[in-house]
Amino acid sequence: MKREAQMIEAIGLEDLLARVEQQKAAGDRLVAISCAVVEGANEITYSFEDRAHRFLHLRIVVPPGATIPSVTPSYWGAFVYENEIHDLYGLTVTGMNVDFGGHFYATKVPYPFAAAATPKVTPAGKEAQEKECLDR
Amino acid sequence: MSRQIVIPFGPQHPVLPEPLHLDLVMEDERVVDVIPSIGYVHRGLEKLVEKRDYKDFVFIAERICGICSFIHGMTYCHAVEGVMDLDVPPRAVYLRTVWSELSRLHSHLLWLGLLADSMGFESLFMQAWRLREHVLDDLEATTGNRVIQGVCKVGGVRHDVSDQKLREIVDGLGRLETGMQDLMNVFVHDDSVKHRLSGMGVLTEQQAWELGAVGPVLRASGVANDIRQTGYAAYDELDFKPVVETAGDCYARTVVRAKELFTSVDLIRQAVEKIPEGPVEMKVTGNPKGEFYARSEQPRGEVIHYVKANGTKNLVRFRVRTPTFTNIPPLLAAMKGIELADVPVVVLSIDPCIGCAER
Repeated sequence: MKREAQMIEAIGLEDLLARVEQQKAAGDRLVAISCAVVEGANEITYSFEDRAHRFLHLRIVVPPGATIPSVTPSYWGAFVYENEIHDLYGLTVTGMNVDFGGHFYATKVPYPFAAAATPKVTPAGKEAQEKECLDR
Repeated sequence: MSRQIVIPFGPQHPVLPEPLHLDLVMEDERVVDVIPSIGYVHRGLEKLVEKRDYKDFVFIAERICGICSFIHGMTYCHAVEGVMDLDVPPRAVYLRTVWSELSRLHSHLLWLGLLADSMGFESLFMQAWRLREHVLDDLEATTGNRVIQGVCKVGGVRHDVSDQKLREIVDGLGRLETGMQDLMNVFVHDDSVKHRLSGMGVLTEQQAWELGAVGPVLRASGVANDIRQTGYAAYDELDFKPVVETAGDCYARTVVRAKELFTSVDLIRQAVEKIPEGPVEMKVTGNPKGEFYARSEQPRGEVIHYVKANGTKNLVRFRVRTPTFTNIPPLLAAMKGIELADVPVVVLSIDPCIGCAER
């Protein structure tokens, strides 16, 4: 049984678009964009694969509520991942080719996976939360 | 330019077992743009990992999808085993491979039946599902369950299967092959099926690759990409070639899935021939610390399970990228230019699983 090498490369937010364009120019496929909350910050990982199954991950770390640029100019299909990150983590993604404006997922509470702990829902607060979801 | 109108397709539609909404921008009968909406069945399963023991979480991972549940469970286990650097007993690795291929068989037969149903070919639909029952019987006989098997665990599998039972499965698959050949003759050679599917919803090789298509959708556009080639489970010791077609249309996607039935049977035969004796599980102690991306080839294409752990019994993050989720942008591209009456068949041609996609 073989295990794939885990090639994870940390990059700066300022280098993101150039590195993504570099992968596109090399002919790589965008496999996924993932987000994780680690010690209060958001780790966003852009995963690529070349035709020989070489699996590479580029990672940026941004604070909660940060704004990140869209990679849809390079990879048209990335809008599904970027809208997901916005709806679940509350990050703003600028320049998306298809922006659902917070309506990609119907969530009970706003940004349920965000770094800030989800507040305990009280009967009084529930109505306000649902209204906020509908307004988004 | 003709006047444009928007026709909503879904979320409830006879061809969709799960809710997916598409706004079809039409010029006369032709689709010129498509805007998708999902989110009707988002369950937030990934978040549950923060509250469940990492060993127990495999039961939740399996419930991401009712069709490819085994492969979800196995890929989750691969991810945790990757973090903990566990060497799973070889017999368990081979059993996982056999169950993976049985899952592919029943999923492809299910899809072929649904495709026939979407074209109004009811007898073909029933034949496909009749054959699928035999595969589900094998899954039930070896795991105890038809669809959510609950047999995979971190460090191995929960049940062994006797060599005699494995040989019986192989014998049964020999008989099933005859039925599958009859089925394939219709799907691949019947004029009415060809006429309904050919030249429809075309994705070029470049489009499929750049838009992130996976699985049969990608292979039907001429890209020989199959995650089993990376050698996870026992695939590095088995011989197979990805099924590839080049037309990139609905017919090519159908042919790829039909031919993959025979690849799966062959892989099960090889696995049963080579399966070693020995234990099927190992003792797993301690908690994982680190991160791992595990990939598998589901019936619908590449699935990724990412886990991040901090040394406690609860994982920090569990992320699943399912094949349907990444096949949405290619679907939108494939739909441009088709006629309204063809929309259900083209949507079905990616084998959408919305429960998987939304998790």
